[in-house]
Amino acid sequence: MKTALLAGAAATVISLALAGSALAADIAGAGSTFIYPVFAKWADTYKTSTGIGLNYQSIGSGGGITQVEAKTVALGATDKPLSDDDLAKNGLVQFPMVMGGIVPIINIDGVKPGGIVLDAPTLAGIFMGKITQWDDAAIKALNPSVTLPSAPVVVVHRADGSGTTFNFTDYLGKGSKDWADQIGSDTAVEWPVGVGAKGSDGVANTVKQTAGAIGYVEYAYAAQNNLAYADLKNAAGKTVAPSLDTFAAAASSADWKNAKNFHLIITNQPGDNSWPIAASTWVLIHAQPDDAAAAGEALKFFDWAYKNGKDQAKALDYVSIPDAVVTQIEASWSAITSGGKPIFVAK
Amino acid sequence: MAVITEETLDTPQALASRQARRLVIQDRIFYYLTLASAVFVVVMLIGVMVSLVVGAWPALAKFGPSFVWTQRWSSVKEIFGALPPIYGTIITSLIAMAIGIPVSFGIAIFLTEICPQSLRRPIGVAIELLAGIPSIIYGLWGFFFLAPFMAQWVQPALGASLGKIPGIGLVFTNSASGLNLFTAGIILAIMVLPFITSITRDVFQTVPVLLRESAYGMGMTTWEVVRHIVIPYTRVGLVGGIMLGLGRALGETMAVTFVIGNSHNISASLLAPATTISATIANEFAEATTGIYTSSLIALGLVLSVITFAVLGLAKWLLIRSDVK
Repeated sequence: MKTALLAGAAATVISLALAGSALAADIAGAGSTFIYPVFAKWADTYKTSTGIGLNYQSIGSGGGITQVEAKTVALGATDKPLSDDDLAKNGLVQFPMVMGGIVPIINIDGVKPGGIVLDAPTLAGIFMGKITQWDDAAIKALNPSVTLPSAPVVVVHRADGSGTTFNFTDYLGKGSKDWADQIGSDTAVEWPVGVGAKGSDGVANTVKQTAGAIGYVEYAYAAQNNLAYADLKNAAGKTVAPSLDTFAAAASSADWKNAKNFHLIITNQPGDNSWPIAASTWVLIHAQPDDAAAAGEALKFFDWAYKNGKDQAKALDYVSIPDAVVTQIEASWSAITSGGKPIFVAK
Repeated sequence: MAVITEETLDTPQALASRQARRLVIQDRIFYYLTLASAVFVVVMLIGVMVSLVVGAWPALAKFGPSFVWTQRWSSVKEIFGALPPIYGTIITSLIAMAIGIPVSFGIAIFLTEICPQSLRRPIGVAIELLAGIPSIIYGLWGFFFLAPFMAQWVQPALGASLGKIPGIGLVFTNSASGLNLFTAGIILAIMVLPFITSITRDVFQTVPVLLRESAYGMGMTTWEVVRHIVIPYTRVGLVGGIMLGLGRALGETMAVTFVIGNSHNISASLLAPATTISATIANEFAEATTGIYTSSLIALGLVLSVITFAVLGLAKWLLIRSDVK
């Protein structure tokens, strides 16, 4: 009995000590699933070089906004930028981290990535439940040479609050007046039809499991899961495929300099080669954080990511923020203070 | 100088009275400890109900009783209605009971009346192991195996056969996705099976051997014995087992969230995606940004508690009625 007690006590002490060392100085963050693939890559490299990890919960932009406002995490990530009023009310600072593209993913037997062309009115019709079969006339008109099966369309959307939803519905609203009037665009909308999945990974998984399904995810999820995606007709009327080039083309016309609080939506951008559903992810941090050390570590991580993370972002088909804008962003970090002094000191 | 009283002496009578006092104190401590445990349970129950009502109050004050029959659920426009989750909860539980009760009774009857002795133990253990599987494993299994299976084989068959009959056909209109009320109901049926089976089997075994043997001796078949002797004798326990299963089905969260489809629309078809109260709360609690949103989710929890209490109350009432005859 006594030896058992001693062994138990020893085991408890050892495991607590190990747990303690594992939790040392991890930056806590939550939010957008859009940025999760590149955050994970950056965090991995950052940890091997500095020993500080990023504990990021990919729970959707809505969750990220809630958690950072409740101060349970040091940073939140959202694909829907907060309005000036919201930022002022909660004492938050926002800045863009990276840009990328959202693609419609489909699961039809025999259709390869880029094998189908869609546009905003057709997508709006599908997601409103007006187009219910894959061989509908509207889809056939855009794809005269593709044999489409007479199978029902299964719409897969996000069940949680999502910035990806916000950008996707913003694009649909720009292309279809019915959509803009009846449903609108936000992190969560009243979807008339379809199955809800949690997170972009949930949508990717569900589309993969369901024949005839269509969903929307950030491009990295489609590429990593080998899912077929659709090409889209952009604002200039040209058919474009999702790729780093078309995302960069859309991002190039983004006017960050004149965006107050970096509030800028980049869907449906002009340009022959622009991908129509481009999106950015913003990071939210408190202007006067309770834990100045954690905020400082987070800002150091972002500074490192802006300067050293470009290749990894490119490998995942994200568009990095241009250097001129990075200078502007780091200047805005002087608003993040502790005891009256800015936490981040540019090197 | 110490006071010398009767009690401090070491006479047998003094020892006995000191012993008696110790026992009385022991007994009193035991009494208060057990009383405290019982009171704690009641206090916890009242505390949970009070905190649910307090949390739900903003939503109930804003929407009133119409919260229960409103169909819209918009977190952005802050209009919340509980009808789709309530509908999903009730329908999936009904499907679970419709499938689970006959199968459980069949298993229990088989194990008590028909099964050879050598097989009884292994089958009994297998049923109990089924109860031990965590509900999230059921959710994973349902999402990766059952839902695609339903979408590929079962649903087209249902849609082509029952779906074509006018009237009933609306209930079986195919939706091409296996994430719907029907799949969730089937998984719930598998989950409540062990509970109903083990209770049913236990109460079946309480039927006096004399009663059963004399029935067989009179020439009744196994089915007649079960229908006329065993089931009437064990009525109370059977209802208890069913209510236990129903309670589990109403509140089940993780397994249902994976396969229910998470759609706040009400459709006549069982093969359409829907949502249940627990699935809605599980999906949306992490990001309820505004007070009314959180309060509406808590109000949903209050509704579920009321439904569960109503079901339990109904069961108790039925039992009391059948006793007083």
